[in-house]
Amino acid sequence: MQFDSFADFINMGGYAFYVWLSFGVSFGLLFMLTLSSKLSLSKVKQDIAKQTKREQKLKEAAKMQKAAKEVTHES
Amino acid sequence: MWKWLHPFANPEYTYHFTGKIKPWFSWASVILLIVGMVWALLFAPADYQQGDSYRIFFLHVPAAILSLSLYTAMATIAFCGMVWQYRMADASSAAIAPVGAVLTAIALFTGAAWGKPMWGTWWVWDARLTSELILLFLYLGVIALHNAFEDKQLAGKAAGILSLVGVINIPIIKYSVEWWNTLHQGSTVTKLGAPEMSMDMYLPFVVCLFGFVCLATSLICTRFQTELLARNKMRPWVRKLVEEETK
Repeated sequence: MQFDSFADFINMGGYAFYVWLSFGVSFGLLFMLTLSSKLSLSKVKQDIAKQTKREQKLKEAAKMQKAAKEVTHES
Repeated sequence: MWKWLHPFANPEYTYHFTGKIKPWFSWASVILLIVGMVWALLFAPADYQQGDSYRIFFLHVPAAILSLSLYTAMATIAFCGMVWQYRMADASSAAIAPVGAVLTAIALFTGAAWGKPMWGTWWVWDARLTSELILLFLYLGVIALHNAFEDKQLAGKAAGILSLVGVINIPIIKYSVEWWNTLHQGSTVTKLGAPEMSMDMYLPFVVCLFGFVCLATSLICTRFQTELLARNKMRPWVRKLVEEETK
């Protein structure tokens, strides 16, 4: 252990501002990058799921329409 | 002999392979970064000239090393993609660029915060600092080009050309401290042969460096998976996978 007390550690030999600024900004940026990477992966999955659902609905609607047309033709 | 590489040309196989290796890198990065940072902040001895301000080194140097090596990797991939028409090259280039940009920003910022107490200024327009700033702009250009076109293949081609042109900057950054008189000190740890550092500073640095490498790898894995899904969203395997996961 290089420091005698906790206050001594926070003080960083007089360079507290620069050292903690560097560590804060660096890990802040890395944290934000990690979060945004995870969020964008789940967002892509959600978008694809939505698109699949929409396409299925359109397909079903087209089928119903076709069936309805056939019924009217027969009568 | 190279047959084992063939399945990696298949996006589905590569997606699952990436998912398998990702947690290993994530956990390794958490452990290595905690150990490395505690070691660097609490147990490494203070520098005899710079006192405790030199502890910024444990962030600055790993970020700077990675900013260069990630760019080199990105450009190599772009080259391979262009020559052999490797389909997933664009996806990996798009995955690497944001991670490289953030690490470059960290290297620049910590450099400024270290320069202020040691050199008396946040910024000087000298060779090393300016060329590293250009690296940041190159990364931002690659990211912007990837997002600039509706057609992802066209976007990948444009971004690939920019990253290949930008490679010229890499040796300039690396050797700027030798070619020009700069305020920035010469390399201490990336020299061939023995590092010019005492072991009780060098060992925590190595731990931090590997922590950064693992973190960057796991982030690139996540972003690569995102890119693969987005680029293959019409394919049945993606539909099936998403359906199973969002149930």
